[in-house]
Amino acid sequence: MAQKTAVSAKKLFAFAACMFGFGYALVPIYDVLCDVTGLNGKTGEVSQVEAEARHVDMDRLVTVEFDTNVNPALPWKFEAEEFKMKVHPGAIAEAVFIVENTSNKPVVGQAIPSVMPALASLYFDKTECFCFTTQLLEPGERKEMIVRYVIGSELPQDISTMTLSYTFFKSPDSNDVATTVIKTDRTISTQG
Amino acid sequence: MSEAVIHDDHNDHHDHKPTGIGRWLFSTNHKDIGTMYLVFALIMFFIGGAMAMVIRAELFQPGLQFVDPQFFNSMTTVHALVMIFGAVMPAGVGLANWMIPMMIGAPDMAMPRMNNMSFWILPFAFTLLLSTFFMQGGAPAGGWTMYPPLVLQLGDGFPFLIFAVHFLGISSIMGAINIIATVFNMRAPGMTFMRLPLFVWTWIITAFLLIAAMPVLAGAVTMLLTDKFFGTAFFDAAGGGDPVLFQHVFWFFGHPEVYILVLPSFGIISQIIPTFARKPLFGYASMVYATASIAFLSFFVWAHHMFTVGMPLAGELFFMYATMAIAVPTGVKVFNWTATMWKGSMTFETPMLFSIGVLFMFTLGGFSGLMMGITPVDFQYHDTYFIVAHFHYVLVPGIVFGIVGGVYYWLPKWTGHMYDETLGKWHFWTSTISVNILFFPMHFIGLAGMPRRIPDYSTQFTDWNMIISIGGFAFGLSQLILVWVVIKCIRGGEKATDEVWEGAHGLEFTLSSPPPFHSFTTPPEVTDATAHS
Repeated sequence: MAQKTAVSAKKLFAFAACMFGFGYALVPIYDVLCDVTGLNGKTGEVSQVEAEARHVDMDRLVTVEFDTNVNPALPWKFEAEEFKMKVHPGAIAEAVFIVENTSNKPVVGQAIPSVMPALASLYFDKTECFCFTTQLLEPGERKEMIVRYVIGSELPQDISTMTLSYTFFKSPDSNDVATTVIKTDRTISTQG
Repeated sequence: MSEAVIHDDHNDHHDHKPTGIGRWLFSTNHKDIGTMYLVFALIMFFIGGAMAMVIRAELFQPGLQFVDPQFFNSMTTVHALVMIFGAVMPAGVGLANWMIPMMIGAPDMAMPRMNNMSFWILPFAFTLLLSTFFMQGGAPAGGWTMYPPLVLQLGDGFPFLIFAVHFLGISSIMGAINIIATVFNMRAPGMTFMRLPLFVWTWIITAFLLIAAMPVLAGAVTMLLTDKFFGTAFFDAAGGGDPVLFQHVFWFFGHPEVYILVLPSFGIISQIIPTFARKPLFGYASMVYATASIAFLSFFVWAHHMFTVGMPLAGELFFMYATMAIAVPTGVKVFNWTATMWKGSMTFETPMLFSIGVLFMFTLGGFSGLMMGITPVDFQYHDTYFIVAHFHYVLVPGIVFGIVGGVYYWLPKWTGHMYDETLGKWHFWTSTISVNILFFPMHFIGLAGMPRRIPDYSTQFTDWNMIISIGGFAFGLSQLILVWVVIKCIRGGEKATDEVWEGAHGLEFTLSSPPPFHSFTTPPEVTDATAHS
């Protein structure tokens, strides 16, 4: 009987250990699900060539609004040049944002995009975005940044307005700016 | 395990007990460890209760009277952690320790030393947690759900909170493994799975839930810890993480956790109601399957705690329907308990009163749960006093009443004396009346829009809040009767028979009252006639 108990205990402890691992496995599973469902307004990324090949729906205009936020930990100013623009689904559009480091230190920031309504994020693809990588600004530096995007023409008819929101955060890499090359690859994979 | 055998050899004189403090510190006896669990749970129940009294005193009137908002938030947060992990879960494990070996005809738990360890981790875990009150930055105040980024702003207490949760997880996982190993390997001859008393069944299922869910919580809080101190970014948007991910991982643990809390209570009243209705439990097999279905479904409904966080419509619908589906097996159980009483020769001793209280008031809490399971209306109820009313109805008159009923039911078996029935009835009626004064009006102020976790409120909520606070103080005071009854019963009273109750069945009632130190040294033979299932 003692033997049987030991076997049960081992199996059950192994099961508990697997569930601990499963907790961590939920992180990549969540990222995949967000990509598939557009959960949390995560947007897609397409190549320039692919975007240019799309059919442009000239009969329809969609309003895209821009919202900019800066996390209080980041001493930056961040604004959209125009607050909204009208685009045809399928056509490549470009929006300009202006960012300025108001502190006297070099700082690395990372912009996190989000699209509302969440359903629209499935049809919102970017070919180029400053949010794909971290951004280094020298003290007092002011920079124009570009987002090139295309809205899928399959966008449901009832969506006529969507909001692209960015929040700039201080990157965890900021502290290493002085000594090391900024790592950008770490964040790209999760931004897709 | 080999130590179990060695231990048995060591104590081959019956009723040879170690004495003094060593009896408790080094105990490997399921009854002593069960007693320690229950006493610990009672102490934690009063510590958590004292925090609730602070909350209700502050909310007696609008404005800030007694405590500052930060401390108020610590009170709500730590009240929840203490009640869930310190009172309800240890009380359930304590009852399991005391009763499962006796109910399945075993001498003790399968792994007595691990049993000792899983208990003694608890006082250390709660010392860690409660010591945060004396630290820079205070005790956890971001809610028991520990959502980032708010929880990461906690001061020096943060790692203490995380390690306390780790310890609690380790303790309950070890307890769960012990229970499964005991039931799987140490049943008496003839005690097949479908002859197990329902309390044992609900505990096996609870134990599996614990093993599956607690490690996920441990993982989630470990991610919080590395986010704060080791530069990871699981929940930090700046590093590519997502704070909403924490909510998903947390509630993947959190929903099974509510069944971890409630299933032992279901098991207890499934023992008590047949005894006092003097009929076998109606639909034994369906009870087992219903319990298992509830446990299984509990892993697919977590996002109903976070409907308002933003989800695709398909997700909202899936979690709504899955949540509704849980009402079906729960309904089966409620109907089975009712059918057990149907045409029974019922008497209403205190354990039966508490069980009927569970049946009525848990069902009421279940109904408000159904309301919140409906996605569109949940947007109104979310984070209001309506949800506070709901989970307190299922937790207090649903679970605490079940545990208290179990204590009354088995107390004569444990002590060898009958408890004071008059005092027991006083305890039941004062508790029942005050618990409804305490929690029922919360539905009204919740629907009217009073948010939870707020130390101050708009003046139109004043009247109901005063009534709620009075109910709260009355409920707190009523629990002192329980302490009085238990102490009085330990010290003496009318001698209890082996059977204790006229209609009682089951192996625990074939042992003497109080039972021998090692429950069954020769396994009893169980047949269909004695199994009563």
